[in-house]
Amino acid sequence: MQLFILKRIGLAFLVALFVSFLSFILLRAGGDPAIAMAGEGASEADIEFIRVQFGFDRPVMVQYYDWLSGAVRGDFGQSTYFSSTVAELIAERLPVTLKLGVAALIFAILLAVPLGMIAAVYPNSIIDRTALGLSVLGQALPNFWFALLLIVVFSVWWPLLPPSGNTTWQHFIMPTIVLGYYATPALMRLTRSGMLEVLRSDYIRTARAKGLGPLQVIGKHAMRNAILPAVSLSTVQFGYMLGGSVIIESIFALHGIGQLAWESILRADLATVQAIVLILSLIYVGLNLTGDLLNALLDPRIRVT
Amino acid sequence: MKRLTLSLAAAACLLTGSVQAGPENNSLNITWGGELATLDRYYNVLREGIIVGRLVWDSLLFKDPETLEFKPLLAKSYSFVDNTTIDFELREGITFHNGELFDADDVVFTLSRMSDPENGVLTQRNVNWIDSVEKLGPYKVRLNMKKPTPIALEFLAGPLLIYPNEYYARVGPEGMGMAPVGTGPYIVTEFKPGVEIKFKRNDDYFKGSPKGKPQIATIHQRTIPDINTQIAELLAGTVDWIWKVPTDQAERMQNRSGLSVVNAQTMRLGYLSFDSSNRTGNGSPVNNVLVRRAISHAIDRDAMVQSLVGGSSRVAHSACHPVQFGCEQDVVVYEYDPRKAKALLAEAGYADGFTIDFHAYRNRPYAEAIMGYLDAVGIKPNLVYLKYAALRDKVYAGEIDFNFMTWGSYSFHDVSAITSHFFKATKDDYARNEQLIADLTLGDSSVDREERKQAYSRALKTIAENAYWLPLFTYNVNYAFSDRLNFVPNADEVPRFYSASWK
Repeated sequence: MQLFILKRIGLAFLVALFVSFLSFILLRAGGDPAIAMAGEGASEADIEFIRVQFGFDRPVMVQYYDWLSGAVRGDFGQSTYFSSTVAELIAERLPVTLKLGVAALIFAILLAVPLGMIAAVYPNSIIDRTALGLSVLGQALPNFWFALLLIVVFSVWWPLLPPSGNTTWQHFIMPTIVLGYYATPALMRLTRSGMLEVLRSDYIRTARAKGLGPLQVIGKHAMRNAILPAVSLSTVQFGYMLGGSVIIESIFALHGIGQLAWESILRADLATVQAIVLILSLIYVGLNLTGDLLNALLDPRIRVT
Repeated sequence: MKRLTLSLAAAACLLTGSVQAGPENNSLNITWGGELATLDRYYNVLREGIIVGRLVWDSLLFKDPETLEFKPLLAKSYSFVDNTTIDFELREGITFHNGELFDADDVVFTLSRMSDPENGVLTQRNVNWIDSVEKLGPYKVRLNMKKPTPIALEFLAGPLLIYPNEYYARVGPEGMGMAPVGTGPYIVTEFKPGVEIKFKRNDDYFKGSPKGKPQIATIHQRTIPDINTQIAELLAGTVDWIWKVPTDQAERMQNRSGLSVVNAQTMRLGYLSFDSSNRTGNGSPVNNVLVRRAISHAIDRDAMVQSLVGGSSRVAHSACHPVQFGCEQDVVVYEYDPRKAKALLAEAGYADGFTIDFHAYRNRPYAEAIMGYLDAVGIKPNLVYLKYAALRDKVYAGEIDFNFMTWGSYSFHDVSAITSHFFKATKDDYARNEQLIADLTLGDSSVDREERKQAYSRALKTIAENAYWLPLFTYNVNYAFSDRLNFVPNADEVPRFYSASWK
C-alpha cells in the first residue's frame, strides 16, 4: 500500500511539473511578452527597455529554472502588471473562487441528487423525462449566454439581484447557479443509474419484504450506495469548476482567480498566469490523487494493478 | 397581484442593497473594463490610467480639448528661451491633497526622476527627450531638452503629471500607485487594484485652473470586464456611465428612455501596410507600386465606413489622423474603382491575380470585408489572424509584407506621433525611402511651424503617391450614460469627469 501511495504521489508530482513546463513554453510562444506589456502603441525603445528590465531577453530555459527554483519555495515572483507579489495576489483572489466553487458544487449536488433519485424511483415517468430535459438543457446552454440571460431577467427586467461584484452573498447567487447548473447533468444521470441498479438489488428487495416503507428503503438503504459514484465524480467536478470560473468570473466581475487569469493573459503578466496554471493543476492533480487513494483504500484490487 | 408586486419590490430592495447614485446625492457611478494595477501614471500604460491621471494630478500645461490651444495649468506662464529650452513661471499657493505645498522643487524632482532611465518609467518616449530641469527660483524652473522637440508641449500638457517631491521620495512608485497624492480636482479615497476606485471632489482645487471647478461630489469606479454586464448595470440604473459600447448595441440603446448614447471620433486610424522595399526578401507582389495602387483602388472604404464601422468615423486618405497638426489632406486619392484595379494588376503582370498572406489582429469583420474586395479583383488573400504582440513581433522582424493594423498616436495632435513613427527608418518602416526620412527628420526637429508643415506635407504626398500605406478610416467610440448627466466626449478619447455635472 505504501509503495502504491508513493508511486501515485510521484506520478502526480511529475504531471504538475510537466504542466508547468508546457505552460511556460507555450506562454512565451504566443508573442513577445515585452510588446504586450508595453501596450498597443509603444515605441521600439520602450519595448526594448521592458525586455531587458524584466529579463525576457534571457534564454527560456534559464528563465524557467529561475522561476521553478522560486516556485518550489512558494515564491512565484513579482507580478509584472500588478504592483504586488504573485503570492499576495493569489492569496487575495483565491478565496473568492473557492467560495464560488464550493457554492456551485453544493448547488449542483442539491439539485442533481434529488432529481436523479426521483427519476430512478419513477423511471420513464413525466418526472424522469423532465429531469432528463433539464439535464440536457444544462449541458446544451453555453454558460456565458445563460449568465447573461439571468442578468437580464433578475437584474434588469426584475431588479432582484446585483448584476456584478463580490461584496455580498447576493452577488454569488447568479454565478453559483450558472456554474453549478453546468455540472448538474452528469451528477444527475450518475445518481439515476446508480439508484436504478441499487433498487434492483437483493438487499432492497429484502428490506421491502421486511415491510419497511418506501421512504425508509430509499432514504436509508438505497441512497447511501447509489450516490457513491456521484460523490467521487463531484470531486473532479470541483476541479473543473475552479478552471471553468474564468468566463463566469469575468461576466459577473467577481475578481477571483479566474478573472485574474484572464486579465493576466491579456496583459502578458506571465509570472501570474504561470502561478495560476500551477496552482489549478496542483488542485486538480490533488483531487485526482485523493480519489485514487480513497478508491484503493475501499477496493484492494486497485492496489495490485 | 398587488401584494406580490409589493413583496417583490421589498425583496428587490433587500437583495440589491442601496446602490443609488445620481443627482440626488451628487455622486456618479462609472464602470470600465481595464483593470488598473497601479494608479502611478508613470507605471501604467492603460487608457484608464490616463483618465485617472487627469482627475488626480495636474501637469504644467493644459491642452484645451475644444480649441487644442495650450494653456498654463500648474505653470502661470511659459516661454521658449531657444529651440531646446523652456522657462516656466509656476502658480503659487497650490497645495497637494496631503497638504504639501507645490513649488519648483516638485517640478524639478518629478521631471528629473522620471526622465532618468534608471527609474524605469514604462513609456520612455514621454520622458527621454528631457535633458535636465533646473530650479531658477522657488516658483521658476528651466527645462532643457536633448534636441529640439516640437511636441514637447504635448508631453507637458499630457502624460507629464507633477508629483509631490517629499511624499514620492518617501513612498515611491508603490506607495503612489496605491495611495495617490496630486493637486488635481479629485482625491482618491479608496483603491482596490483591478476592482474599484473611489474619488471625492477636491474642494480646495485652485481657482483659475483651465480644468474648471469640479462639480460632482463623489465618483465610484468599478471594473467590470464584460461589456454586456456593463450594459446590464446601466440599464438596471446601478451605473451611470459606460463607454466602448459596440455599435450594434449602441444603436439598440439609442431609443431607450433615460439614456444618452453619444458617438465620438477617436485618434485611432486603421491602415493597410505594404512591404514596399522588399524588407521580407520574398519578392512579394506588393513590392510593385502598381500592385499597391491596384489594391488601393480595389477597396471601397466609403462603403466600409457606412455599413461596417459606422458612427462618426470617416475615410482617411493621408497617412495620419485628419485632426493632427501637419496632416496634409491634399494628397493622391485612390477612389474605389475595381476596373482600374484590375487594369493596374494586369499592367504589373498579375492579370490572373495572386495569393498573398494578409495579417490582422483586430476587427476581424473589417479584415474580412477587405478580403472580399481583394477577391473581387482577383487577389486571393489568406488571412493570418494573430494576437497584437505576436503580429507586432513579426512586423519588427521584417517578416510581414501585407497587413491591416491601427494606430492611436498616443492621442497626440501631431503627425510626428504617427507618420514619423512608421516611416523614419524605424522597425515599423517598410518603405525605407531616404527622401521621406529626411523630410520627416526635418519636421520632427524644426520649431518653425511653417517649416514643419511643409516638410510633413512633402512626406505625406510621397507616401500617398507611392501607396506605401493605404489609410483606411478613423475609429470611433460609443459612450452611453444617464440622460441627466452633462457629459461631453472629446476626440482624444480621454473622458474628463471633472467637467461633468448632473442636470
